[in-house]
Order: sequence, then C-alpha cells, then structure tokens
Amino acid sequence: MGFSGWRVIKEGLTGNRGWKPQWRDAAPKKDYDVLIIGGGGHGLATAYYLAKEHGITNVAVLEKGHLGSGNIGRNTTLVRSNYMMPGNSEFYSHSLKLWEGLSQELNYNVMHSPRGQIVLNHSDAQRDGAVRRGNAMINRGDEAELLTRDDVRRMVPYLNFDSARFPIYGGLLQRRAGTARHDAVAWGYARAADERGVDLVQNCEVTGIDMKNGKVTGVQTTRGVIRAPKIAVVVAGRSSQVAAMAGMRLPIESHVLQAFVTEGLKPCIDHVISFGMGHFYISQSDKGGLVFGGNLDFYASYASRGNLPMKEHVMEAAMTLMPMIGKAKVLRSWGGIMDMTPDGSPIIDRTLIDGLYLNCGWCYGGFKAVPASGYGFAHLLATDQHHATASKFRLDRFRSGRGLMDEEATGSQHNLH
Amino acid sequence: MRITCPICGERDRREFYYKGDALALNRPGTDGGEKAWDDYLHMRDNPAGETRDLWFHEAGCSAWIVVTRNTVTHEILATELASKVKESAI
Repeated sequence: MGFSGWRVIKEGLTGNRGWKPQWRDAAPKKDYDVLIIGGGGHGLATAYYLAKEHGITNVAVLEKGHLGSGNIGRNTTLVRSNYMMPGNSEFYSHSLKLWEGLSQELNYNVMHSPRGQIVLNHSDAQRDGAVRRGNAMINRGDEAELLTRDDVRRMVPYLNFDSARFPIYGGLLQRRAGTARHDAVAWGYARAADERGVDLVQNCEVTGIDMKNGKVTGVQTTRGVIRAPKIAVVVAGRSSQVAAMAGMRLPIESHVLQAFVTEGLKPCIDHVISFGMGHFYISQSDKGGLVFGGNLDFYASYASRGNLPMKEHVMEAAMTLMPMIGKAKVLRSWGGIMDMTPDGSPIIDRTLIDGLYLNCGWCYGGFKAVPASGYGFAHLLATDQHHATASKFRLDRFRSGRGLMDEEATGSQHNLH
Repeated sequence: MRITCPICGERDRREFYYKGDALALNRPGTDGGEKAWDDYLHMRDNPAGETRDLWFHEAGCSAWIVVTRNTVTHEILATELASKVKESAI
C-alpha cells in the first residue's frame, strides 16, 4: 500500500491501526535466479533495479544481521557528484539524477535535501583546481559555480576567513548536492524490492560459496543451502572474507573511518561545507545535530571504532574552519569499515568464476553511489554487459594498470587513499 | 592505540607511519612476472583478526617495525624490527 498525505491523515484519525510491516520477513527458498549477498544500501538497490528494470524477481537478498545494519546506517549522508575522472564522472552524475527522483520512484520519503555543497579553496593552486573540476562537471552536463571569497562570505559568514595559515580564497558550489536520510534509503529500496517479489532474508549469514567446474551453484548459509546460477557479492568492508569463500583475494584493505555528531542545535549550517585543507566536512541534520567527519585512521581495521588521534585532528580542523562550533557538545562518534581499493575507486565487475559478480571497493564514498551502483550492478547481473555509466569499475585495472581512477591524484597504492 | 617499538619502548600511535601488510618485505624480483607484482602491490588477505603489518617509527628512532596485531580489537600482540625479520628469513 502506498504512502500519501491522505493516508497519514486517515491513519491519524483512526488510531494508526492500518500500518503494516513494510516488507515480509522472508524464509529462504531452495532455488533462486540471483542471490545477492549483503542487505545494505547497495544490495537492496541492486535487488530493486533487477526487479524493476529487468523483470528478474526470483531473487533473494541474504543479510547476516538485519537490513541496513552496515555502512548505510553509519555514514554522514552526503549526496554529491563533484567528480572529474572519466569513469567516476558519468557514474556519480547518474547517481545524483537518480537521487533527485528517488522519493517518488520508491514512494518513500528518503528526505533528499539538495542544500548545496561548498568545497572551499585556500590557495591559488586550489582555486585553479576548483576551476578545472567545475569545468569538468559543466562539460558533462551538470552544474557547478565558482564562488569568490565575497560570495562565500555572503553565504556562510561564520567561517574563519582570515586564518593566518588557511585563509579562504573561494569555493566550488554544487547546488544540487546535499544530504539524504541514510536509513530511509535502505528501507525504501527494501520495501520496493519486496513489493516486486524479492525475498529479503535476514539473519542469514553466508558461510560458503559452492562451485562446480568453475561455475557457482549456490551458497551455504546459517539457514541452509540455497542454490542459484548467479551470485552477487555486495558486502563492503567484509568483501575480502566473502571472496575468500570462493578462493579469491581482492585488491582491498578494510580501514576505519570515523564520524561525529553533536547535540541538537537550532538551524545554523544550511549547506554541506568541505574544508579544503585537512580533511573535514560538515552538515546539519534535520534533528539539528552537526554531522561531521574527517579522514581515515589509516591502518587496517574491522573494529568499527577509531582511535583518539584522528578524533583530535578532526576537532582541530573544525575549530580552524568554524570557531563558532567550539561550544557544541559532541554527542557520539562511530566508525565504519571501509573497503579501500588502491586507487580509491570502486569495483563493479564479473569475476573469473562464472556466475560470481562483485560490487565493492566503495572506500569512504559509498552512500551517494547507492542508486547508480544498484542500477549498474543490476544491469551487469541481468545482461552480462556493463551499464554505460558503470563501465570502468573493472577488477583487473590494478593488474593491468589500464583505467586506474585515482580521483585524488595521490597514487594507486593501498596506504594513500 | 600504543605501539611498542623494540628500540624505544611503548609509544603513541601518532609517532608511527602505517605502510600496510608486512608482505611489503617480500618484494618480488624485477623478473617476478605480472602475477607476483600484482599480488605484492594490490592483492591483500585483509584478515578480520590477527594480521602482520609494517609501521615506520617516523617520529622516533626511524626503525621499520613488523607489528602483529588484531584488526578487530586493535590489540598489539607483538612487535619486532623489520631488519631482524628480514635477516631471519634469509
């Protein structure tokens, strides 16, 4: 049953007794056409687009915990497409367009808020870089605006413009960038996939991948054996463990990335603001909390929590950029498990094992990618062809050196992104 | 997180630079072939649990250190000088 304003009023007048669970708690069948391992944002989006765009509905999503219990519920909710490299550029552009229609598409309010993102620059060289990036965005059909120092001052007067070390020279604004409600994206895709017949199987951990003559035949799980000719692995930070079940090693190291939220404050930060010196970005949630984050802790970790030095660094960057938030109390911090690739760009590809497909390597930028990742991965699963917007995320680009997408220009090496 | 440098003793994590998996000590020869170099540069076991990685005591004695630690708990289990590890491997 669909959501609408009328429905809310009707339920409000009748004691809210008409709401039903939004998806079935499915038990696994013995056979499917496609199995998706991982019930996070990317896995659920893949299931939805498989059903909607390709009519493939005999699909199960296998999730070891509950739906949306991984990084989709642990991120800083930013949605943007200020990418420049061919491969990334068209992909994130497509993703932002999908975000813009997502609430209508899913009949589920994902609270997409295109409030604009300002990436600040603090030197002539950075300003040149911003011009180049902005032109690349405009050339592919998106918008970007170069802000002067005075423009930035008019929009966000509370920044520290005259910092002796990092004075603000200007900014690059993408007005269509913004935030979305992270959990709602997972729930919206889950509900829409379920409505089309996809089985969402929770508390079902995959413990083995069955293969015969170089082809996958199914998986072993804590809820029994499930067979399918196509298996999609979409498990983010746990990619190496699941790939190992199929005898594969991946070009991935799992790292910890921390995020922070303050107590709820009255509206004060209207945009997403990214510091150009030192890794720091911030936005204000609809509840009023300031949501901000920084860089990786920079060591391999599955702990889902970080250490104090990076916390200190992020707080220092915050105080350098906007001293006004110094008295806000940090409510909590957390860490997610990031599947880092050497070049900092993702992988959506087939593997050398027939019927085994891989979607991983989202590094610290997976949230904004969810719609286009699901769209592109579903296309690959259904047609065995890469979708035009997700054709360059090849697994073998590291071995061959062809098509590396080093968006940050730091080098294609594990400890540099 | 505090790391015990075999030379300087227990020190703050901030004194150390993280290189990555200790397989960095096993650099293939120039004639090692594409697969050996791909394994060395890119492919990782990436274990959830005990791992061995290479840290550089940048703000201390400049020693390269092989750290055995748990990636799930952040517990440091053992540290040894990379030079010793290399010597004993020969």
